[in-house]
Amino acid sequence: MSSEPGRVDVEVESKRPAEPVDGKSHPNTCPECGSHYRDDELAQSLHVCPQCGHHFRVGARERIEQLADPGTFVEEDEDLRSTDPLGFFDLRPYTERLAEAEISTGLGDAMVAGRAEIEGRPCGLTVMDFGFMGGSMGSVVGEKFARACERAAEDGTPLVSVAASGGARMQEGILALMQLPKTVVAIEELHESGGSLISVLTHPTTAGVLASFASLGDVTLAEPGALMSFAGPRVVAQTTREKLPDDFGLAESSYRFGHVDAIVQRSELRPAVGQLLRLFDKG
Amino acid sequence: MRLRERLSKLGGMKLLRGTKLTGELERLQDQLDRLREEPSAEEIWKSVELARHPDRPYTLDYVERILDDFFELHGDRSRVDDRAIVTGLGKLDGRTVVLVGQQKGRDLKERTDRNFGMPYPEGYAKAMRAMALADRHGFPLVTMIDTPGAYPGVAAEQHGQGGAIARSQAAMARLSIPTVACVIGEGGSGGAIAIAVADRVLMQEHAIYSVISPEGCAAILWRDASEARKAAAAFKPDAAHCLELGVVDAIVPEPEDGAHADPDEAAELLKAGILEALGEIDALEADERRRRRREKYRVMGVLASA
Repeated sequence: MSSEPGRVDVEVESKRPAEPVDGKSHPNTCPECGSHYRDDELAQSLHVCPQCGHHFRVGARERIEQLADPGTFVEEDEDLRSTDPLGFFDLRPYTERLAEAEISTGLGDAMVAGRAEIEGRPCGLTVMDFGFMGGSMGSVVGEKFARACERAAEDGTPLVSVAASGGARMQEGILALMQLPKTVVAIEELHESGGSLISVLTHPTTAGVLASFASLGDVTLAEPGALMSFAGPRVVAQTTREKLPDDFGLAESSYRFGHVDAIVQRSELRPAVGQLLRLFDKG
Repeated sequence: MRLRERLSKLGGMKLLRGTKLTGELERLQDQLDRLREEPSAEEIWKSVELARHPDRPYTLDYVERILDDFFELHGDRSRVDDRAIVTGLGKLDGRTVVLVGQQKGRDLKERTDRNFGMPYPEGYAKAMRAMALADRHGFPLVTMIDTPGAYPGVAAEQHGQGGAIARSQAAMARLSIPTVACVIGEGGSGGAIAIAVADRVLMQEHAIYSVISPEGCAAILWRDASEARKAAAAFKPDAAHCLELGVVDAIVPEPEDGAHADPDEAAELLKAGILEALGEIDALEADERRRRRREKYRVMGVLASA
């Protein structure tokens, strides 16, 4: 046990991640440097590794706590649930996967939506949760996002979107693909009403979510190290046999190529969004 | 699934109109009867195979049969001419339209040249340029969708594949002109929807339209790409299911044995479908047409309440 507070892993200086057990490392072990933390330590550091700055994934509820002014978030459309329009069955039925995701995350689907204040400014807020079936977008995620656009237009407030998603939800088939244009037309209507969208991309934001609402913000922010490619690195490597650069699809690469306005450390996210909300205040 | 209910509402007649050319009513009625049945796993897989058939007509095969006076437009006005996307001006029944479509290649050389119909972001920039041109001049837009998907490559990512697909959809949502999208082969995921946000979406009888390829889905959910048949049966990319789910507005019949068996007839059937679709949306005011287009996509999906 180290004497330094917040550190319990003696191998921290080795810069080598701990050996994964059963192919999966402990969720509190930093995949970059191998440091290991207690739950409360990670919560206190906003789930950013104090040793190397790696941004761990955070769930939707915790993200809202980090981002919204305390006590201001009011959830909407909490009751929306996915159905199984195709009777989808792979190795397990879709309905079973849904039930399991709901139990393990405590969420109705992969997005939490509502109204909040950030640094004293009212806004709409949608936050995705990668823990719910890989943050995949099916009918419910699309609907929650579209309704959030409509609420923001009605309220005359900007919408802040925090994405974390592997893409469209395969189990809803073509209807999942249709959530791309659904969210896109909702943003069009929001923009035409004079509304604005601040899009925050967190690890990972890929495929169908990147190819729809996450890419259409008036301002696009990304967290450090967030994978934000349309196709995942494995698919690209297998399909093209190209050698992938070390930073393939990461926020830093996307920033260099001009697809992101700023890379923002998690500890700076609330002030950055607050600043943008002030700047988009047309009153 | 309310497949039969929905299809019976169609009364089949939508599929029959405009197809007087061959007089093979009996055969078409056969197709309708088959459509009224929910496609089986085997039938779904047959469509996957026909949609990818090496002799299936591609965009330019239809262009030369459907459009007169076609003038191809090249380049995205920024970097390059993406040959996986074809754009151009042509006359459809005497009226100028703008065509945007994915293009596959027939032999190995052409396939490589066309990148197997998989556009880079530059291809979508090229498409958006053609859309803007159409809008500026009031020419209807006809798109043809035939792609395994947007190209998954390092440069494609560096040039912003995801953002290009998103912006192309947004551009289509804004257009004032009448728009008709035709899924003529593989409607592969984001790469397809990028040019398929339209007032009317037509789908050929044996085309497929899906959120992921059968192989990709199988690799993820079955952890085995060779389970593609099972995956296709599960996510149902066939035309009948797409119609039933409200994703496409009409099915365009194909010649018996598939479009490749008789490209001329397939083209006539497709042309008739496009003209009929244009006829339905032509008379609307631009604002109303756009409002309806957006409303159509706004309500897509199936929801429940806890």
